[in-house]
Amino acid sequence: MTVFGLKAAEREAVLVERLAELTEHHRAACPPYRGILDAIGAAPPYEHVADLPWLPVRLFKTHELRSVPAERVFRVLTSSGTTGQRPSRVHLDREAAAAQTRMLAATLRVVLGERRLPMLVVDSRSVVRDPALSARGAGVLGMMNLGRDHTFVLDEQGRVDAEAVKCFLARHGSERFLIFGFTFMVWLYLRDLGADLAHGVLIHSGGWKRLAEQAVDNAEFRRRLAAECGLSRVHNFYGMVEQIGTIFLEGPGGDGLYCPDFADVVIRDPETWAEAPPGEPGLIEVVSTLPTSYPGHVLLTEDLGVVRGVDDGCWPGKRFEVLGRLPRAEARGCGDTFGRG
Amino acid sequence: MSHLDRLRAVFRMALNLPADAGVDGLEYRAIPQWDSLAHMALIAAMEDEFSVLIDTDEMIDMSSFAKAAGLLEKHGIGAAAV
Repeated sequence: MTVFGLKAAEREAVLVERLAELTEHHRAACPPYRGILDAIGAAPPYEHVADLPWLPVRLFKTHELRSVPAERVFRVLTSSGTTGQRPSRVHLDREAAAAQTRMLAATLRVVLGERRLPMLVVDSRSVVRDPALSARGAGVLGMMNLGRDHTFVLDEQGRVDAEAVKCFLARHGSERFLIFGFTFMVWLYLRDLGADLAHGVLIHSGGWKRLAEQAVDNAEFRRRLAAECGLSRVHNFYGMVEQIGTIFLEGPGGDGLYCPDFADVVIRDPETWAEAPPGEPGLIEVVSTLPTSYPGHVLLTEDLGVVRGVDDGCWPGKRFEVLGRLPRAEARGCGDTFGRG
Repeated sequence: MSHLDRLRAVFRMALNLPADAGVDGLEYRAIPQWDSLAHMALIAAMEDEFSVLIDTDEMIDMSSFAKAAGLLEKHGIGAAAV
């Protein structure tokens, strides 16, 4: 079973119906959301996904937006707000919490397979042990569900633990294994290991800001990891805590990020808010059917992106690229918090 | 020792519970000891104890002791009585 099966037109039909239902569900269950919809005059019918009312993602920093009563809240997730900023707060009930883990697993199955693979984590074990979990820790913890025999590349002091990696590779290096880390950490620590990671599947995320400062783009990242570690299966992903469980996954050839069947992106012209055609950059709106316990199903991000193609790649639907943060937006993102504040 | 007693022992060990703790009514995240990290330790301990491989979906669905017992049964471990 794969969740990369729907072409753009089929996806549009499925999503517009389900997202319209969710809009009405949240309108009824979340008074502040209802207030926003009333203020902007949003009302059905919605003909296209792009017609649905969106929320700016930063509203989750300033407002408590949930569609379940307090006693049914099972987990509250927080984003990595940097100093002086309020983090986003995302409320999950038991069903939404289980669904997000399940759909994350279903999305990654297309590159990892059914089994929990032996897993190398390009981070330190201490990030998952902190009870007031950081966004980075939460990200690592979420991914750890997909692995087994979790081995951390960094020791408790944040130094490369070459011995642990060597033992891991002795146990698992000749079968398929999973490597996960934030993009910047992977770049910083994986290349110097001098290890043969040819059987590894690398999943990484967290943004390119720190790497862009070193003039390293995705193509260079992939080229160097292939040359220096033998890593040929490399998948970046784009996702955010405000739409937890939904990730946009890079295809095997590195030709863009693809949307799972239950999600999509709309690129909007930041001047007119109209949907931008493929090839034209704009703000990324992310839509997903997973947010059932909070109104996060249609979110306008502060990231710039561009659709590179539609139904023309290794998986169906749109493939897109994230170009970076909208210049005036505040800095935010797991990868960017490393070593700062 | 019956498979259920072995499962109870695995729960107590993986969740750091006292030797006499009752575990049959436990649910995921209902006690502080059973958090997401402990859940992974618990799954790994069950895999070792019963020589089974638990996949991601099974791991996510195993949200109580009763479901863990059911999961073992699905893997052909123990009698039908739970």
